[in-house]
Amino acid sequence: MSLLRIENLSMDIHGTPILKDVSLSVDPGQIVGVIGESGSGKSMTAFSVMQLLPDGTNCAGRIALSGHEMLTLGERSLCRLRGSKVSMVFQEPMTALNPLKPIGEQVAETILIHERTSRANAMHRAAEALARAELPQDRFPMSRYPHELSGGQRQRVVIAMAIALRPNLLIADEPTTALDVTTQAEILTLLKRLASEDGMGLLLISHDLAVVADMADHIVIMRQGEVVEQGPAQTLLREMRHPYSLALLAASDHVPEREGQPQDMPLLRVRDVVRDYATPRKGLWGTPGTFRAVDGISFDIRRGENLGLVGESGCGKSTLTRAILGLEEVQAGTIELDGQPVFTGHRPNRAVRRRMQVVFQDPYGSFNPRWTVARLVCEPFHLADDPPTGAARDAAVAEALESVGLAASDAEKYIHEFSGGQRQRIAIARALIIKPDLIILDEAVSALDVSVRAQVLDLLADLSDRFGLTYLFISHDLSVVRSITDRVLVMKAGKIVEQGETEQVFADPQHPYTQQLIAAAPQLPDDVRRLAHEH
Amino acid sequence: MSRNLVLGAVLSAVFVLAALISFAWVPYDVTQMDITNKIKPPSPAHPLGTDHFGRDILSMIMVGARTSIAVALVAVGIGMGLGVPLGLAAAAKKGGWLDELIMRANDLVFAFPSLLIAIMITAVFGASAINAIIAIGIFNIPVFARLTRSGALSLWTRDFVLAARVAGKGATRISVEHILPNVTNLLIVQGTIQFSLGILAEAGLSYVGLGAQPPTPSWGRMLADSQTMVSFAPHMALFPGLAILLTVLGLNLMGDGLRDRFDPKLQRARQ
Amino acid sequence: MLRFALKRLLSLAATLWVASLIIFLSLEIVPGDPAAFMLGMNAQEDTLNALREELGLNQGPLQRYLGWVGGMLVGDFGTSYTYRTPVAEMILERVQVSLPLALYALTLSTVIAFPAGIWAASRRGRAADVTVMGLTQLGVAIPNFWFAMLMVLVFAINLRWFNAGGFAGWDAGFFPAMKSLTLPAIALALPQASILARVMRSSLLDTLSEDFIRTARAKGLTRAQALWRHALRNALIPVLTIIGLQFAFLLAGAIIIENVFFLPGLGRLVFQAISARDLIVVESVVMLLVFAVVLVNFVVDLAYAAVDPRLRGQK
Repeated sequence: MSLLRIENLSMDIHGTPILKDVSLSVDPGQIVGVIGESGSGKSMTAFSVMQLLPDGTNCAGRIALSGHEMLTLGERSLCRLRGSKVSMVFQEPMTALNPLKPIGEQVAETILIHERTSRANAMHRAAEALARAELPQDRFPMSRYPHELSGGQRQRVVIAMAIALRPNLLIADEPTTALDVTTQAEILTLLKRLASEDGMGLLLISHDLAVVADMADHIVIMRQGEVVEQGPAQTLLREMRHPYSLALLAASDHVPEREGQPQDMPLLRVRDVVRDYATPRKGLWGTPGTFRAVDGISFDIRRGENLGLVGESGCGKSTLTRAILGLEEVQAGTIELDGQPVFTGHRPNRAVRRRMQVVFQDPYGSFNPRWTVARLVCEPFHLADDPPTGAARDAAVAEALESVGLAASDAEKYIHEFSGGQRQRIAIARALIIKPDLIILDEAVSALDVSVRAQVLDLLADLSDRFGLTYLFISHDLSVVRSITDRVLVMKAGKIVEQGETEQVFADPQHPYTQQLIAAAPQLPDDVRRLAHEH
Repeated sequence: MSRNLVLGAVLSAVFVLAALISFAWVPYDVTQMDITNKIKPPSPAHPLGTDHFGRDILSMIMVGARTSIAVALVAVGIGMGLGVPLGLAAAAKKGGWLDELIMRANDLVFAFPSLLIAIMITAVFGASAINAIIAIGIFNIPVFARLTRSGALSLWTRDFVLAARVAGKGATRISVEHILPNVTNLLIVQGTIQFSLGILAEAGLSYVGLGAQPPTPSWGRMLADSQTMVSFAPHMALFPGLAILLTVLGLNLMGDGLRDRFDPKLQRARQ
Repeated sequence: MLRFALKRLLSLAATLWVASLIIFLSLEIVPGDPAAFMLGMNAQEDTLNALREELGLNQGPLQRYLGWVGGMLVGDFGTSYTYRTPVAEMILERVQVSLPLALYALTLSTVIAFPAGIWAASRRGRAADVTVMGLTQLGVAIPNFWFAMLMVLVFAINLRWFNAGGFAGWDAGFFPAMKSLTLPAIALALPQASILARVMRSSLLDTLSEDFIRTARAKGLTRAQALWRHALRNALIPVLTIIGLQFAFLLAGAIIIENVFFLPGLGRLVFQAISARDLIVVESVVMLLVFAVVLVNFVVDLAYAAVDPRLRGQK
């Protein structure tokens, strides 16, 4: 008998349809992966099992959990089930814990809410749960507050909370999306181990096909509130039929076609760059310490080359980007574009800066919401000595927009009228308008759904061929870096630990950290990847 | 348009209109005493009654609206005019000496409620409406400086500001082109609230004799005059008080309505 | 924690120091010759000289400033020119009215605002919420001295439950004294309670939409449990800020309300001093009020640290 059975679940919020005829089931000890892009309704499916839904939500159909009809139960009965029979782990560990309470107390609360037991007993069992989540007492005392822990550690606290009462079903909603790749691997392994130890069903929600392929026994693919295809993981990935599933698979491992070859002359030279930050003073009269964010980095980018820069959060990638763009002066070393320094006499060099542009990660925060697209795209003209005006300016905007696949008439619109993928295209148009040599792509496709990401990657490859552009491609996503770069740098704690031809580094990593990163990166099985490239 | 916004705008408009009309026409001259008609309850000739000098209360409320609105408006102007640039400057160089100085100065001004400033000014220069403006205005500066700074700080972390820096723009230009337009909504909402607080504060100051001086009619002054007669002439206390209450209520409702109106739009823009 | 407190204490001292400079400059330097100012146009030269001698005006400004501050530090606020009594004594007497009044009002405001704000937030959008919000909207808009006059009209003149004004004095016993402060305290508290209730409600609503509330609900807590155990303490942080700011308004408001009820507090003292041009008294009372405001804000800062572990760890 199934542990969880969802039958023909339909849902709307204030009349807006969210889910339509969703059916799936989870057996004890089984891992079911639900995959979909944004708006697919995968998270709402998860929350409907907990019955933690926004006001104004209507559900129809059936959700049966160990014999309980969740849709007909009253709030009191639901509260008794939540946390004891079914638990949940969320996407954002940084905000999932109460900042004002120690972690031990928060884990013990799960026990105290459901059982009549002493506080001491609850704390003792909370310690056990934390230890099972790999936060042993000797290193992570229960008196710690959430702000004293890293994101991965906080996610372990949330997991400890969820499994403290050994629930039958654990729902994990994008549990690793906000984490670094090595932490992601650890958390996924932990979840898998807990599920098998307790014979617990695990419903894993993810946007990442590779993560699900790695973990799940059964896979459900959703789009726009409907299940398009589902089946056992082994066979589904290899025998999927629905066009959307196939497109999703193809996009997940998309390799854009490129023609241009890097020339054998360096465009950007970075030599022994050091960037220190002052840390807060220790004590009232103490001297400020320093933190070395970038520690003696040197590399070249050849003209026409796509160079990847890979590293986890806090490794110094952002600092290095700012230094190259001339936003911050470095303490030591030189950065030169075509032989000219980015900084001359403590001032950024305009002549160099106008030859570099950048595209950021967040398609929503990258634009002033009160400006028209034309004004946004023209902003880099501020660097030009003689910016075009009037008709020439309009023509430049139209050309930039058209080259990224948008219409010239989009110039008069405001940014909120565009989708995430279109916004990244506008960001690229903004970078192109002063015809730079180098474009820094700072996690430029990381926030996009896989199918949109594949299109933007194609666009980038096409632009680099057409305009002879050079890219510095900064990302935490190894599969994307692998698909689009010629050479790759691996950065850790302010240093470059390995560099080389992309295929070479991925096939035969030398440095232990690179090996760890590559091993941790979720990947589709090889035969599935081959299938993906055929579609 | 929300109900709050409409109701608030209508209430505020009534009093602004009353103040404007009073320049051209009032039912009775407010400087003219008419002792035979003193302390008369509302009647067709005097819809809101007369005061202890026989002056028409409706006329005095209309002229008093001028004082209240002028004082509060200029005080908001002072607060915005100085507070907003200071807040923008502080946010542009967060943690710098200017930021530190501005924030400390803010703390200092917060230690002097506007009434204390008015007391100090009055002790030295004597009471006048100008006192009230200066006292309320000074207290408004840190309110706007803090609001602008906190709004600006969150905007400075956004990527569009980084994009502007990549385009070679300096802090001043970014503050004017990118930050200011995006804090305007906040400022408008806070502006209406400070405006209403200014009207309350002006009324309080003139009530204790630190604001506008006779013969300039003001709502607070009218209430002070009515105090000893409240037991037998409650209308003298009722109508000026209602005028203050309704004006402030109107402005607050408008502020709330504007906040609600701006918010969803901001959210949509953020999506 | 200790370091945090010390740091705040230093900035408190700095604020007070600058405040004392501002007060001294505006009340002793700006008027030119304070003696001539206090005695008015027609003063005799020898009375002027006598007063200058008495006030120590023959000394340089720096010495006078140091004398004033040094005196205050040991509790000597100088001697009132009009009353011929030490200012410290007069203030001490008046503080016995003003301070209890402000604290009474602060207590009332908190006791009203917390339940109202929590109730409204937990019934968001329903009748209770709409009613509380409507009432607070009125409470914020009402001028407190006018409300005080209306209360006098109803409760003192018509119903005769209270006296229309005056202070029974603490010698008359605790309850009679508190009774004569009750109407003033209500008048002071009402607008503040309205503001506080609104802040409490919106802060609580913000907190209730945080991720960790969802986590708590997923553990099996009911809405109410999540509110009391997790949301309330988090929501308290902005509320504390407002309480701190309100104390300043209560002190200032008390000056006006004391006038409505003819209470012999600091407010009355200040107005008498202004009309008598007694700068010494004005200067000292203003300094004292500034000190009170700054001190309360310091206490609020410490309260933050008590509520929020993130601040305790801060260096």
